Amino acid sequence: MSFFKPAFRHPELPTNELGFTKKNYEGSISTLCAGCGHDSISAAIVQSIFELSIPPHNIAKMSGIGCSSKTPTYFLGNSHGFNSVHGRMPSVATGANMANREMIYVGVSGDGDTASIGMGQFTHAVRRNLNMMYVVENNGCYGLTKGQDSATADVGSISKKGEPNPFEAIDLASVALQLGATFVARSFSGDKNQLIPLIKAAISHRGFALIDVISPCVTFNNNPGSTKNYEHVRDHLAATGTVDFVPMREEITADYGAGTAQEVTLHDGSVVHLQKADADLNVNDRRSALKLIKDYKAQDKILTGLLYMDADSQDCHETIGTSKKALRTLGESELCPGEKALQAINESLR
Amino acid sequence: MSSVAKGVKSIEAVNDFVIKFANVNGTGSASANNLFAKSIFRMGIPMSPKNIFPSNIQGLPTWYEVRVSEKGYLGRRGGTDFMVSVNPQSMAKDVKEVSPGGYFLYDNTKPLDLRLHRDDINFIGIPLMQICMDEYKDARQRQLFKNMIYVGALAALLDIEFDVLTGLIADQFKGKEKLIAPNVHALELGFQYAKANFECPCSITVKRCDNVGDRILLDGNTACGLGAVYAGATVAGWYPITPSTSVIEGFEKYCKRMRIDPASGQKNYAIVQAEDELAAIGMVIGASWNGARAFTATSGPGVSLMSEFLGLAYFAEIPTVLIDVQRAGPSTGMPTRTQQSDIVAAAYASHGDTKHVLLFPSTPKDCFDMTAQAFDLAERLQTPVIMLTDLDLGMNDNLSEPLSWDDAREYDRGKVFNAEELEAMSERFGRYLDVDGDGIPYRTYPGTHPTKGSFFTRGTSRDEYAVYTEDGSEYVKNMERLLHKWETAKSYVPAPEIISVEGGKKVGLIHFGTSKDATLEAVDKLAEQGITADSCRIKAFPFNHEVEDFIAEHDTVFVIEQNRDAQMRQLLVNECEINPKSLVKILHYDGMPITADTIAQRVKDVVQHDNVTPIKRAQ
Repeated sequence: MSFFKPAFRHPELPTNELGFTKKNYEGSISTLCAGCGHDSISAAIVQSIFELSIPPHNIAKMSGIGCSSKTPTYFLGNSHGFNSVHGRMPSVATGANMANREMIYVGVSGDGDTASIGMGQFTHAVRRNLNMMYVVENNGCYGLTKGQDSATADVGSISKKGEPNPFEAIDLASVALQLGATFVARSFSGDKNQLIPLIKAAISHRGFALIDVISPCVTFNNNPGSTKNYEHVRDHLAATGTVDFVPMREEITADYGAGTAQEVTLHDGSVVHLQKADADLNVNDRRSALKLIKDYKAQDKILTGLLYMDADSQDCHETIGTSKKALRTLGESELCPGEKALQAINESLR
Repeated sequence: MSSVAKGVKSIEAVNDFVIKFANVNGTGSASANNLFAKSIFRMGIPMSPKNIFPSNIQGLPTWYEVRVSEKGYLGRRGGTDFMVSVNPQSMAKDVKEVSPGGYFLYDNTKPLDLRLHRDDINFIGIPLMQICMDEYKDARQRQLFKNMIYVGALAALLDIEFDVLTGLIADQFKGKEKLIAPNVHALELGFQYAKANFECPCSITVKRCDNVGDRILLDGNTACGLGAVYAGATVAGWYPITPSTSVIEGFEKYCKRMRIDPASGQKNYAIVQAEDELAAIGMVIGASWNGARAFTATSGPGVSLMSEFLGLAYFAEIPTVLIDVQRAGPSTGMPTRTQQSDIVAAAYASHGDTKHVLLFPSTPKDCFDMTAQAFDLAERLQTPVIMLTDLDLGMNDNLSEPLSWDDAREYDRGKVFNAEELEAMSERFGRYLDVDGDGIPYRTYPGTHPTKGSFFTRGTSRDEYAVYTEDGSEYVKNMERLLHKWETAKSYVPAPEIISVEGGKKVGLIHFGTSKDATLEAVDKLAEQGITADSCRIKAFPFNHEVEDFIAEHDTVFVIEQNRDAQMRQLLVNECEINPKSLVKILHYDGMPITADTIAQRVKDVVQHDNVTPIKRAQ
């Protein structure tokens, strides 16, 4: 935890297209441990949304319970946030999204909150293709209760107590792919260059966008023998390539080169550009993503980067056919059928 | 084929009897039985039908009981005057149930087991299966029309106006006219058979009267669903559970008719079938937090699962509308039987110090009105509002006053700052500040203003500005404010319905929900026996002062409820600090609705030595 945050900001701080500075997107001081990977993710979220020029109040921050779920306090202070109950953020986000489809929903969860207590709700939010970004800050352990193994801890990974984890790990990216997720990525909290474009793409994606971010726990899971300590993760990363996100308003100027490049145009005209490291990857092919995750895992590697996306996906509102207007903006005249209609109903019940 | 009671005189009744149908689940008997009940209703005679059904889709015994009461008593009476037995599985039990002098109509295609014979009731044998075998080739038709044949026979035996039946069939098959003639033909087969073989009508008959008035026939669950449509609910999260499922089905049925945007064809509502009850209530809380009117419906086991979230909604002050259609518990209990046994669980649902506003409807009109009111209350008070109905009210067609809606009515969306108000605000917005001194703070919807009014909603403690704190004094201040809000709620929730008899004040009957009909009938029964009793129908929790006054003003107060542990009495004792000895329990909890006799007998037992002159109940 850091205690100092300067109140003074340079008057010529850069502004985004809306005239907001980055400060308008920041939150309270983090109370997490110094060096926590989660704080880097919060910073990446701030940077991404600032650069995307989204009005801060157009975002709703959703979380469950745990270290990760505390973080929405530490970013986007001008956005409403909801720190709900353990493992149930997906349902609260679903309701919020049904009420107002015009806002952007940023969900932050952890590996306990998602892969254990919240597994049911997570899987159902995926299959409904709820329009939201769902970031898992994945450190393989329970931080707030002091370091128990979580369901994403690798078999044999040594905890701080020195005991190897005996159980198979749940791979959230693979689970999401199998359930039909329309955007799946994995990243590392220490790799801002990769994380920021992924967050931008996930926010712009229409539908459920999962980013499983490996975010080492500096206090309870950074010991030798843990497969989620900083050193191990850095040594075993393998990126799918370099990701670039080009917002719809900008022209593509970079020269990405041919052969191993893949471009995906989103529904709003934004473009995700992937300079692939592995020619076998096709981000439009779910099976290829699943296979690659397994192949790299077999080589003791963590595959990061964009794994899969379906740019034409239908979100939950389109599937169920709700009004284009946010439901919460409808008033009596649109919602209440009135006395005359009720009298006709009475008549049909006689 | 017919034998007449020898030992006892036949029951003679006009518009005052109980008829019961013993069927096999899943054989299409429900629509025939409904047709029968509705014909009585259309003849202007008050009646109340009740389904007594198993937790089964096909094959197990199911009963349908109709009380016909010209006087308008709609509670369950008990006893069976006329049994229509179409189920060999339950025949032995069904025969025993008929009151002496009553009737037992059965299918005598196979001869009656002689061991079932009774000398004191009338047996009416009709070869239902044989008639069907002779008339129809198709097995399904044989099964379905068998039901219509016994309804036709009843028309002759009970003197039901045949035109009323054919009119109902015409209504039912509007758009599928070719089905009208075969159904009417089946009715005629039964009618003619009865006319030819028995003295028609028998000694139990119906006779047209005008005691239904403008009342309608509707189940409470559909009324709740319709109430939610009128209240402007746009989001429903739910998980199927008997007996609440038809609340959301009712909501959807009327949404499909009345909530489709004419221009775009899109839905002005969203119904999400959740993965479980936890998610269902989570969706409601998320949607309400984000400014929509949202609700869910469940039964006891669902309330248990929703408890954690209810505590969050109470503490984070998020409007939450929950309809609990109670069934016999605990655990999965008897899912298809009725009870009022979730009262304590609902009142104090969740961990920590929590209590919730409860509403108790007694009729379908109440279900409609109170569902609409629940949204206003939830938003005004920023807290969960749980409506406690039950299977008897929810799943049975009930005679009800017609529904009505005041077109001038505006939804009470509670204290919400909009963008203009936030813009004009010079002081800092405090989500949990008690600005008006009524314990109810102001809230803002997400997305209202770019730089003002945002706050972080959490279950953990926070100060008046929604900033995280573990300071005990801030926590206490907040909890005290919530208690103050609870006091404020007493002035918003509906007052009890008190019926006072002139010269009363000695005996008071407190009742709620579906005990209403039986209680008011018991009041009349007691008056006939010289005991005058006032009644007080509780409509809401927290209790208004009128409830406390009623208890104080009566010498002996009975609390009538359909559970084992006297749960309403517990709430009264606990919340009004009443001496438990001053509240006498009247309990009934076998899964069937309570009867007036149960109530009257118990009251009589307690006050039998009192000498009170009978006085008519004031209307």
